[in-house]
Amino acid sequence: MNDLLLAWRNIWRNPRRSILTILAIAFATALLVFMLSFQFGAYDDMIDSSVRLSTGHVQIVAPGYHQRPEMRKVIDNPEELLQEATMLSNVDAVSLRSEAFVLASGEKRSRGVMVTGVAPHHESKISSVPQQIKKGRYLTEGDGAAGVIGALAAQHLQLDVGDECVLLGSGRDGSIAAAVVEIVGIFKSGVDEFDRSIMQLPLAEFDTIFSMEGAVHRLIFTFAHLSDSQAGAAQLRQGERARKLQVLTWEELTPGLKQSIELDLISGIIMYFILVIVVAFSILNTFFMAIFERKKEFGVLMSIGMKPRRLVVLMLLESFSMTTVGLVLGILCGIIITLVAARYGISMGDSAEFMAQYGMPERLYPKLTLLSVTVGPLLIFVVTLLTALIPVLRIPSLRPVEALRS
Amino acid sequence: MRFFDLLSVQISWRNLWRNPRRTTIILTAIVVGIISMIVLSAFGRGMMEGMVKNSIDNLVGHIKIQNPQYRIDPAIDNRIDQAEKIAAQIGELLPDDVQLATRLRLDGVLSTSREHTGVMIVGIDPAAEKGVSFIGRPLYQGTPLQPEDARGLLIGQGLLERLGLEIGKKVVVLSQDASGEGRSKAFRIRGSYRAEMRDTEKRYIFINLKSFQDMLAAPGSATEISISLRNANAYQTGTVEDYVDRINERLDGLGLEATGWRQLLPAIAAYIDMFDVYMLIWFVVVFVAMGFGLANTVLMAVYERMREFGLQRALGLRSSGIIKNVMIEVLFLLLIGMALADLCSFFLVKVVFRSGIDLGSFGAGIEMWGISRIVYPVLSLSDIVMANGVVVLLGLLVGLYPALHAARFTPIETMRHL
Repeated sequence: MNDLLLAWRNIWRNPRRSILTILAIAFATALLVFMLSFQFGAYDDMIDSSVRLSTGHVQIVAPGYHQRPEMRKVIDNPEELLQEATMLSNVDAVSLRSEAFVLASGEKRSRGVMVTGVAPHHESKISSVPQQIKKGRYLTEGDGAAGVIGALAAQHLQLDVGDECVLLGSGRDGSIAAAVVEIVGIFKSGVDEFDRSIMQLPLAEFDTIFSMEGAVHRLIFTFAHLSDSQAGAAQLRQGERARKLQVLTWEELTPGLKQSIELDLISGIIMYFILVIVVAFSILNTFFMAIFERKKEFGVLMSIGMKPRRLVVLMLLESFSMTTVGLVLGILCGIIITLVAARYGISMGDSAEFMAQYGMPERLYPKLTLLSVTVGPLLIFVVTLLTALIPVLRIPSLRPVEALRS
Repeated sequence: MRFFDLLSVQISWRNLWRNPRRTTIILTAIVVGIISMIVLSAFGRGMMEGMVKNSIDNLVGHIKIQNPQYRIDPAIDNRIDQAEKIAAQIGELLPDDVQLATRLRLDGVLSTSREHTGVMIVGIDPAAEKGVSFIGRPLYQGTPLQPEDARGLLIGQGLLERLGLEIGKKVVVLSQDASGEGRSKAFRIRGSYRAEMRDTEKRYIFINLKSFQDMLAAPGSATEISISLRNANAYQTGTVEDYVDRINERLDGLGLEATGWRQLLPAIAAYIDMFDVYMLIWFVVVFVAMGFGLANTVLMAVYERMREFGLQRALGLRSSGIIKNVMIEVLFLLLIGMALADLCSFFLVKVVFRSGIDLGSFGAGIEMWGISRIVYPVLSLSDIVMANGVVVLLGLLVGLYPALHAARFTPIETMRHL
């Protein structure tokens, strides 16, 4: 305890130097806390918007459907599976979907679109499409031959709300499937690829048009938290029926998203490492000075019988307390900056347009988590203590007589 | 009084090396900092240039001539008539090494015996695509499209796999002609290509321009004339703008418009502009991290020489002279750091990372963004100048703090210190 007091007093023998050192540590800490919160928050937003737009957290599909989607690879009697799955804990929402490629024609134009059969009631809990209606309305439970279509597809087909659209494709059994649907709504997600190629119909109508006989292509799950999806998928795989089917998590459904997050995280980590090394060299001088300007003092202490080991501990305590003050200050600043940014969001400026193509939101919100608050400071703590060791370990080799003479 | 009189320079230089360890440590911080600035920005720029190149390669080109309506509504109604003639006229306007590619690009449906899928059908002149777009590069499988091959088709490897097709299989392609009538024709898959962007691989199929024109009964039409400048640096926008203006003058009255790649790829262009800002932020952050150390080190050096400064003042050196001496010392420190760092960065970029870094393990991630698998660092003069500039300017600013301290010591005060 006395040693700690001694160390603390030693720090303030040269307040200007100590403050600069503490500030260097606090700056790096605050930056790391904020940046990691920002990155984690952005990843969550990216994953969430991708999950909400199309994939869900976890899906169940027929074996091989994910690799090569074909009409005949279906899940029969999905209701049973649905019952089973709803019993699981953490499941937020479940929905059924089917897909078919058709040639859609308006008055003059035609083009290929992907028709998705959805359960409107469930879909509004899982997907962001219902909120992205720009004109007209989303599908409701009572809808018959009605459809909502992406803005770009509508533009190309020269379709508007209220117009009729002819669909021509093939059914589950390979027969010709044809229908006329009324466009009731137009959605715009901002992801061109999605807006150009997707039309949604009520699942019951889809079933009739494409002779699905009650079968569907996908069961889509969302969980209360993203982190539940691995465990949720594992639980689903245990199910009697799911064992014969394929259970896929969002990472498997959108490997591009997962790997670009990894790439971003790794390049971030490289940058933080470099930053911490620069800070370490920046403060190494302070630690050296603190010892070498006190050489004489150490000489006196050692000649009156102080063990070099105690001196080492004393000096380590000194740098330890300085680092701790810097870390605490930095964490506090980092948390405050993060909270302010999380409240107002950070606009990506001109890059927003670029990001929107990949379904990323216009504003990104940092997210404070235990991980983002601790990882950075921990790294800095370890590196600064290692840095402090370099000069401190020279103390034992000091000769009292020589030290006194310097 | 000259700023760099020999005496001050000599004194400062010697002062710098009175404590070699201290100077070496702070130099290391400066050198590591500047290297990180230059090398990381070189990688960032390399990645971005790869992205620009891939996007331009992705059937965009540096300049594109289109019917302005086509960009809003990509249908045959908004075509270019007599495209060959126009291409020839435009070709005369431009230097000889410029390449033109005429294409007919329309939405359509690809049908196999079991499945249908939406595709973008592109009619090309295979010979004109060499060095212009990715389809001009060697194929992944199969044989290239021969000019007279009326039934040949090239497909993306991704789509080939998804549809379970093979080279040599027959497919039917359907699209709409000018009257809105659906027209279809059978083709045989001659080969498959790979593209940097997975979306492209799943969407684009290629056939001969002539056979696409025949299929739609639209002889001589195209939807775009793509112009590629040899040696065109992505950042030399001046050249592109200049050509765009000249071409537009010629196109006046034809209902066509030439557009530069920055307008064709607004998202990428915006990202490039933001990149400089990101880099500057990183430079300043790294600087602040070493700035504290710099201030501290110089401050220590100044305090332990307090008595000397007092003596100098007593001997008649003005406070401005003391500031000058300390600032020259700081400047030396920064210049040595910059020189070492620039040399090391150059060595790292040109020798160590010469063959680039392989991002293959992030395959799906980089395909999503159109980043090349291998990223080569690109040294740009402006980045080097910016990194060095940030360090020198802010460094001198930080150095002013201890320098002003040193100037404040009065002879009497310092004599009291021991």
